[in-house]
Amino acid sequence: MEKGKGVMGSGRRWAVDFSDNSTAPSSRDIPDPLGFNRASVDQDDSTVSRQKKDAESNWKAQKAWEVAQAPFKNLLMMGFMMWMAGNTVHLFSIGITFSALWQPISALQGVGKVFEPYKDSKVELLGPKLLFIALNLGGLALGVWKLNTLGLLPTHASDWVSSLPPAQEVEYSGGGIPL
Amino acid sequence: MAIRSFFVPFLLLVLWFYSSLSPVLSLYEDQVGLMDWHQQYIGKVKQAVFSTQKTGRRRVIVSTEENVIASLDLRHGEIFWRHLLGSNDVIDGIDIGLGKYVITLSSGGSILRSWNLPDGQMVWESFLQGPKHSKSLLLLPKHEIDCINVVQTNLKIEKDNVIVVFSNDRLHAVSCIDGEVLWKKDFETESFETQQVIQPPGSDLIYVVGFAASSQFEMYQINARNGELLKHESAIFSSGFLRELSLVSSETVVALDSTGSILLTISFQNGEISFQQTPISNIVEDSSGPAVIIPSSVPGIFAIKINSVTIFIRVIGKGKLEVVEKLNQETAVSNALPISESQQAFALVQHAGSEIHLVAKLAHDWDANLLKESIKMDQQRGIPHKVFINNYIRTDRSHGFRLLIVMEDHSLLLLQQGAIVWSREDGLASIIDVTASELPVERDGVSVAKVEHNLFEWLKGHMLKLKGTLMLASPEDVAAIQSMRLKSSEKSKMARDHNGFRKLLIVLTRAGKLFALHTGDGHIVWSHLLHKSEACQSPVGLNLYQWQVPHHHALDENPSVLVISRCGPSSDAPGVLSFVDTYTGKELNSLSLDHAVVQVIPLPHTDSTEQRLHLLIDSDKHAHLYPKTSEALGIFKREFSNIYWYSVEDHNSIIKGHALKCKCTGEVADEFCFDARDLWSVVFPSESEKITATVTRKLNEMVHTQAKVMADQDVMYKYISRNLLFVATVAPKGSGEIGSVTPEESWLVAYLIDIVTGRILYRVTHHGAQGPVHAVFSENWVVYHFFNLRAHRYEMSVIEIYDQSRADNKDVWKLVLGKHNLTSRISLFSRPEVITKSQSYFFTHSVKAIAVTSTAKGITSKQLLIGTIGDQVLALDKRFLDPRRSVNPTQAEKEEGIIPLTDSLPIIPQSYVTHALRVEGLRGIITVPAKLESTTLVFAHGVDLFFTQLAPSRTYDSLTEDFSYALLLITIVALVAAIFVTWRLSERKELQDKWR
Repeated sequence: MEKGKGVMGSGRRWAVDFSDNSTAPSSRDIPDPLGFNRASVDQDDSTVSRQKKDAESNWKAQKAWEVAQAPFKNLLMMGFMMWMAGNTVHLFSIGITFSALWQPISALQGVGKVFEPYKDSKVELLGPKLLFIALNLGGLALGVWKLNTLGLLPTHASDWVSSLPPAQEVEYSGGGIPL
Repeated sequence: MAIRSFFVPFLLLVLWFYSSLSPVLSLYEDQVGLMDWHQQYIGKVKQAVFSTQKTGRRRVIVSTEENVIASLDLRHGEIFWRHLLGSNDVIDGIDIGLGKYVITLSSGGSILRSWNLPDGQMVWESFLQGPKHSKSLLLLPKHEIDCINVVQTNLKIEKDNVIVVFSNDRLHAVSCIDGEVLWKKDFETESFETQQVIQPPGSDLIYVVGFAASSQFEMYQINARNGELLKHESAIFSSGFLRELSLVSSETVVALDSTGSILLTISFQNGEISFQQTPISNIVEDSSGPAVIIPSSVPGIFAIKINSVTIFIRVIGKGKLEVVEKLNQETAVSNALPISESQQAFALVQHAGSEIHLVAKLAHDWDANLLKESIKMDQQRGIPHKVFINNYIRTDRSHGFRLLIVMEDHSLLLLQQGAIVWSREDGLASIIDVTASELPVERDGVSVAKVEHNLFEWLKGHMLKLKGTLMLASPEDVAAIQSMRLKSSEKSKMARDHNGFRKLLIVLTRAGKLFALHTGDGHIVWSHLLHKSEACQSPVGLNLYQWQVPHHHALDENPSVLVISRCGPSSDAPGVLSFVDTYTGKELNSLSLDHAVVQVIPLPHTDSTEQRLHLLIDSDKHAHLYPKTSEALGIFKREFSNIYWYSVEDHNSIIKGHALKCKCTGEVADEFCFDARDLWSVVFPSESEKITATVTRKLNEMVHTQAKVMADQDVMYKYISRNLLFVATVAPKGSGEIGSVTPEESWLVAYLIDIVTGRILYRVTHHGAQGPVHAVFSENWVVYHFFNLRAHRYEMSVIEIYDQSRADNKDVWKLVLGKHNLTSRISLFSRPEVITKSQSYFFTHSVKAIAVTSTAKGITSKQLLIGTIGDQVLALDKRFLDPRRSVNPTQAEKEEGIIPLTDSLPIIPQSYVTHALRVEGLRGIITVPAKLESTTLVFAHGVDLFFTQLAPSRTYDSLTEDFSYALLLITIVALVAAIFVTWRLSERKELQDKWR
């Protein structure tokens, strides 16, 4: 945030900063009001806020792990749904399979966003993220496996030759019963 | 690629889903006539009898060469009723008895039938057997037909009208009322050939005249009341007779001697035979060549033909002859028609350029013409062949005449008062070959049909349609909509359509005439009679081939067809090629060849103008290349060593394979002529096998894929070869009719033979089976139909051929990367490893023809089209003829669409593609692919013609006719409205939220 830097290029003569800076211990370039000693206030709050911050980061780390484990439940439910859907291709099973594929993919795309609220300098997010990614990849694998069991993956020779045109023959012949 | 292979099973699945929902492809009542058309014909008229005595519906009864008896409306030429007799029941004569019965004699004179004139119901039928009904007589069927006469007598024997029939060497008198034989009379003389049965008017006598040996004239006088022989006279004329006789009066006949140069007037007045000889040169000056008597029955006058000159000669008194007229043009003479007590009239029709001259004369007065007219005639109809005369009384009590003439192209015309009242294109009853051609591409100003007459009509039509879709239409409106749909001008437009439904069907008829029929409504676009040239007086049309099918770079050229005809009936007569433009019907070129045409091989190569190369094989096994251009020769030389052909000699059960050797040597030194060498021959043991059927794949058939995917993702590779021949042989004993042999003596052997190498790929014997065999070959399967003598039922068998040598191509990675040789060109000389699967099923019907549907890309599943004995076309899904069917298919197999095995093939009444119609005398079924992959065009021909569109897997690539556009429209409108309303609501809510 640019704070009342005064004249900024285009002939701005002065500026008044309405932002509330009471909590932020910033902007040392502006002198404090007379009779106000910043150091003493900081000293008072520091112990409380540190405790608070620790608790918060703990909470964040805990939450992050929880979020990272959330796909597991999803995985179980998906597995159950897939089991329910059976191995024949119809609307229901195709729908389930595609949602099983789509959910992990969209979750993986939004990994950063999911862990955004728990971002903290003190919180180690790598572990939860990896777990999250692993679980989602597991979900994806489950979806692909389901797709395969439905026979919708081109893993068989039949999927590759089904549109091969017949081979041409070198020889050509005709004839028949005389006209 | 991945998407495609991903998609194909999915698509197939959807198809299966659809087809398993409703395996029946039937029509709704209001869809009849939308896609299909049906035309009824009768064939070339042999004999016509008028029935105009009574007031009411005037009609003419005709018998035709297609074995049809029909009653036609004299006003419009429509068919009142029609009966098609079997092919072994040839009609010998027809007449009308008592004014209300149509009497027909058929089957070599052994069946006499009476039909009710108004409605064509059969009244009675009687079988006439002769004394010499033995094998020796049956060996001479030609003579039998010659000596059959139906004579109507007005005798009343115990108040009963009598029909006198001479057949099977016996004279019968049959009651007209119930068909009872009143008396019969045999003739003792050996080798007596009856020529005429004469009943002089107003007497009780019947004269039977004919020849015995070759030089003896015989006359029998018989009492018509009881068949008593009154007198038998014979006389010998030393130099012999020609077989023809012409009756000039009730007691005089005219014959020719065996050299055809002396006219003999034979009179048998009062039972005394007397000859009068008149050399033809005495009465006709410049007569050269033998004469032929034209059969006619005009009293006092007979006609002879010398070369192409027709000469009419009158008999004056005691055997004196006098030439009355010589006509140089082609002439047809009618029989005599009594117009009053003492007067008899007859008609002459002459052909002169673009006109025909009609003359009606009185028999006793040659110079006076009762009628003399000239009528402009389409030159494509050729010359008149037959004429039948009928009279009517005009209001001023004078006689008017109407003439029914049969033209060279087998068409039938009624002429009255100098105009053609109606005409029937009955040549279409005898189609030999069919091919399809595209219509011109639509351009501005070219063949755009008149859409609607005016704005009001247009508006009215659309209002009606709207009413129909919104289900507001009254029954009358529905009828109006239906007739509008049927007459839609879109259907019969003379331009190509996007889906390829509109095409021209080019048909060649037995009369040697080409017709182009529009597939939309079946109307004749053009017709063309094959021209006679100096070199060839009577070309016989044999076959049709696509000569030039322009696409891509030669689009400005019109497509053309090649008509192969032969100059005469024998198989080594020189051939004639005609090239006909399919847009206009103009003959572009005509070539009279100096060699015969025994086989025609269309090659898979075209020159720069898209003319297809054809190889014509003559009777000496020389191959001639057409077109005779150096460019074609260049293309041909490149493929020279890869061209093979085979010939089937079915009389001595040999199949031979040939290849090209070198340029012709000897007298026919021509750079387009090539010698052939024999490569291989398959000789079937003549004491145990006789070839009955040979089938190959259709040349233009498209196959989409070479792989067949099983339910368990396994692949089988189809053995798809254009060079496979299916041959069926039967035991020579069992080649007769069904039931003529015991099951032990009869068998059927089916072979699959590679034409190029002569290798027999498969052979199977059906014991206790008998022909006739009908077969169809498509992709990698053959279906054939035969009779099972043990089960007393017809059977259908299927053979599917798979290529085992490709079976190990199962490595996915190789396939993904394209490192396989599945699509590379293969040679048939590399040894194929094939496996076959086959299965048999009972089938209820006997079959007249089998065909298979064909589509543009070959993706759509196939249906067999079976022409049943009831002259209908039945569509049978190929899935019913799948050798992988089993009694209890697994779940996976069921998913794949395999039907549980049953002993017989189901006949679902709704799957008759001809629905309620019959294609009388069905002979062939032709399928043509439309541009739309799901659809195939089906044309069935016999005496009748039938055309329809079929979608074997339903129209999965287009919306069906009954798709509810209204519902779609309403849904879209409702959705748009909903979107608009919700958008407004959400905007308002958002605003309120912001103010909060």
